[in-house]
Amino acid sequence: MNPDTTMPPALAVAPQKKSLGAGSGRQKLLAFASLLGLLIFFSVASPNFLQTDNLVSILQSTAVNGVLAVACTFVIITAGIDLSVGTMMTFCAVMAGVVLTYWGMPIYVGIAAAIFFGALCGATSGLLIAKLKIPPFIATLGMMMLLKGLSLVISGTKPIYFNDTPDFPAISQDSLIGYFIPSVPIPNAVLILFVVAVLASIILNKTIVGRYTFALGSNEEAVRLSGVNVVFWKVVVYALSGAICGIAGLLIASRLNSAQPALGQGYELDAIAAVVIGGTSLSGGAGTIMGTIIGAFIMSVLINGLRILSVAQEWQTVVTGVIIILAVYTDIVRRGKA
Amino acid sequence: MNSPRVQMRQISKAFNGVVALQNGQFELLAGEVHALMGENGAGKSTLMKILAGVYQRDSGEVWLDGQPVDVPSPAAAQALGIGIVHQELNLMNHLSAAQNMFIGREPRRWGVWVDDDALNRQAQAIFDEMRLQLDPRTPVGGLTVAKQQLVEIAKALSCHSRVLIMDEPTAALNEAEVADLFRIIRQLKERGVAVVYISHKMDELRQIADRVTVMRDGQYVATVPMASTSMEDIIRMMVGRELAAMAQHVPDTSAQPVALEVRGLHRGRAVRNVSFSLRKGEILGFAGLMGAGRTEVARAIFGADRLDAGEVWVRGAKVVIQTPQQAVAHGIGYLSEDRKHFGLATGLDVQTNIALASLSRFTNPLGAVDQRKTHAAAEKFVQQLKIKTPSVQQPVRLLSGGNQQKVVIAKWLLRNCDVLFFDEPTRGIDIGAKSEIYKLIQDLAASGKAIVMISSELPEVLRLSHRILVMCEGRITGELPGATATQEQIMQLATQRETAEAV
Repeated sequence: MNPDTTMPPALAVAPQKKSLGAGSGRQKLLAFASLLGLLIFFSVASPNFLQTDNLVSILQSTAVNGVLAVACTFVIITAGIDLSVGTMMTFCAVMAGVVLTYWGMPIYVGIAAAIFFGALCGATSGLLIAKLKIPPFIATLGMMMLLKGLSLVISGTKPIYFNDTPDFPAISQDSLIGYFIPSVPIPNAVLILFVVAVLASIILNKTIVGRYTFALGSNEEAVRLSGVNVVFWKVVVYALSGAICGIAGLLIASRLNSAQPALGQGYELDAIAAVVIGGTSLSGGAGTIMGTIIGAFIMSVLINGLRILSVAQEWQTVVTGVIIILAVYTDIVRRGKA
Repeated sequence: MNSPRVQMRQISKAFNGVVALQNGQFELLAGEVHALMGENGAGKSTLMKILAGVYQRDSGEVWLDGQPVDVPSPAAAQALGIGIVHQELNLMNHLSAAQNMFIGREPRRWGVWVDDDALNRQAQAIFDEMRLQLDPRTPVGGLTVAKQQLVEIAKALSCHSRVLIMDEPTAALNEAEVADLFRIIRQLKERGVAVVYISHKMDELRQIADRVTVMRDGQYVATVPMASTSMEDIIRMMVGRELAAMAQHVPDTSAQPVALEVRGLHRGRAVRNVSFSLRKGEILGFAGLMGAGRTEVARAIFGADRLDAGEVWVRGAKVVIQTPQQAVAHGIGYLSEDRKHFGLATGLDVQTNIALASLSRFTNPLGAVDQRKTHAAAEKFVQQLKIKTPSVQQPVRLLSGGNQQKVVIAKWLLRNCDVLFFDEPTRGIDIGAKSEIYKLIQDLAASGKAIVMISSELPEVLRLSHRILVMCEGRITGELPGATATQEQIMQLATQRETAEAV
């Protein structure tokens, strides 16, 4: 008697036709449809909604959150989370202030400094998570507080003004597009948002960094067993996310023409909300930049529209909260059915 | 004779104080297929994982091409030309087949840009060589287990290793796929690749292996030529004793009351119009291929999954079971295939696991658990089932597979379940412990429990079942009497697919 005649498995049990593209594509479609629905609803509900000024205002207010959300997208796809993006943004703004106002360096050095310090903070989070194996929630929670404190310490708890750098507000407030096409005065901040989104999408989908981002989120152990240096690439992904936060820091600092050290905490939740509404799963392995951008716009359109309809500010947050829960629930139901 | 490509000597390895390898030894020649056999827990996978850089040895030496080497990581192993196909699939479900294969070795342009076209072309080339029909761009998560295993094999082949370790590579493959794999292995032999083949399947090893190394209890036993060694000798080396053949004695349970009856169960495509009855004291074997729907039937009856249609009758009364809680209240217990995930709380001790389904009996009205009572109950079962554990406070994850399974059985016995579903009861359990579990199941039936035993191991099904139901693609295709059924009859019913596709 053969001790182990195990039966061979069934031939071609109908495989799940759940392909990565189709699933997140459907979620993206849903998000986009929701955005369109909101736009239509508010246009009908109020004549003031579709005014150029108002639309520009929506674009402007999405810029900072959108860039932060793009940063978060990378981290969330690796099945991690980054609670420090808000205070990291402020820290980068403060460092830009130090370099430009305290040390009087040229504007380009200030810009580079913001991005550099963002990458540095991100890399630190990445090391805490990948090398020391601290869970992302805890590691970035710690970083969030650390950076908040550092911002206050370095700035002496006072805002740092950029008056010595007259070109600084131009980063987000001037309009490069408006310079070439006067009838379309879209502020630079929005242009930067879209450039960041496009570049991030290219990095995510076409480069080795993006490939490992998805791989780590899908099955980190499989990546390790395949001989890839998991620590190195996780640090890279978090550093990239941090650098993008640095750009957000420049945007907000140039909008206010100052680095406000007490600002920032709370921004991370809006960023994560945008990512989730856009269809990226918190369990990692899948996600798109486009979805995140749509998610960010859904939030800002919602808030803007509710404000135009004179809905009290308190209710705006309630509505946002409901949207987030609905978005995640739809995602779970969709995955369960697939 | 060439010097061996690989030599491993005096390898020892312990995990958390539990010794996995004591005197690991292995020698591999270029161009040979060397089988590695042993019971579960003998140390075969551990030894090979040390060679592949997944684990680090505690002591001993590894020599590659006559030079002593260190293999500190999977990356180092790859660099040394050592490749491994793991027993457990290590795939990234969200990524495509080609992306999985070349993870870490993607063809790039300008350093950072991934050349997906080149990636897919290279993957397709390997698939063509393997005669594997698969679009390299398919996400791996949507593939059948068989195709996933073939992707793992393709990944190892794409590394062009000089030493290739294959750990149970054909677990999910059908005959045609196994034949294709062997063709490739023979090609690798001709190219001088040294192949290690870990498997339990004697018939396959006879076809492909040159030599066999047997391990037992973490130690090297012997290396023998495949062709001239009999199966009995190999088993004796693996087990250290002769396996007693058991006569099949099927008790007559036709006069016993019906403990469980199901009619017209439907669940999507997984369970289609399943009806059967089970008497007290009976062992009903459920045979079929992987994916035939047996687990789905059990889970549906147990309330773990929702039924689309069907009726369940327990002890003659119709019941509605929508949650496991209700099933257990009716006296039905289910031992799942994957006991580590679904049967045990691996972080807790033996005592707590045994009491897990019955905790309400051991808590006073204030909610405190009576430790002495749970201790006593656990001790009783440890004695009765002969569970090998230093104490009932031992963390259950430190027990061997067989003893863990006994803990799960104890849990359901303590809960006084009369209908027990065993799903692959001896998976991951070595031969010695298997016969203990078999005796246990037979004793349970003799004491009046009604047992459904789902198993993919035909000898096990034939040995224990009083009656055998065979399933194929969600339907019951036939019933066989336990005493006279043959493997061929079961296989025939297990592959009897519907000719017209219903959906």
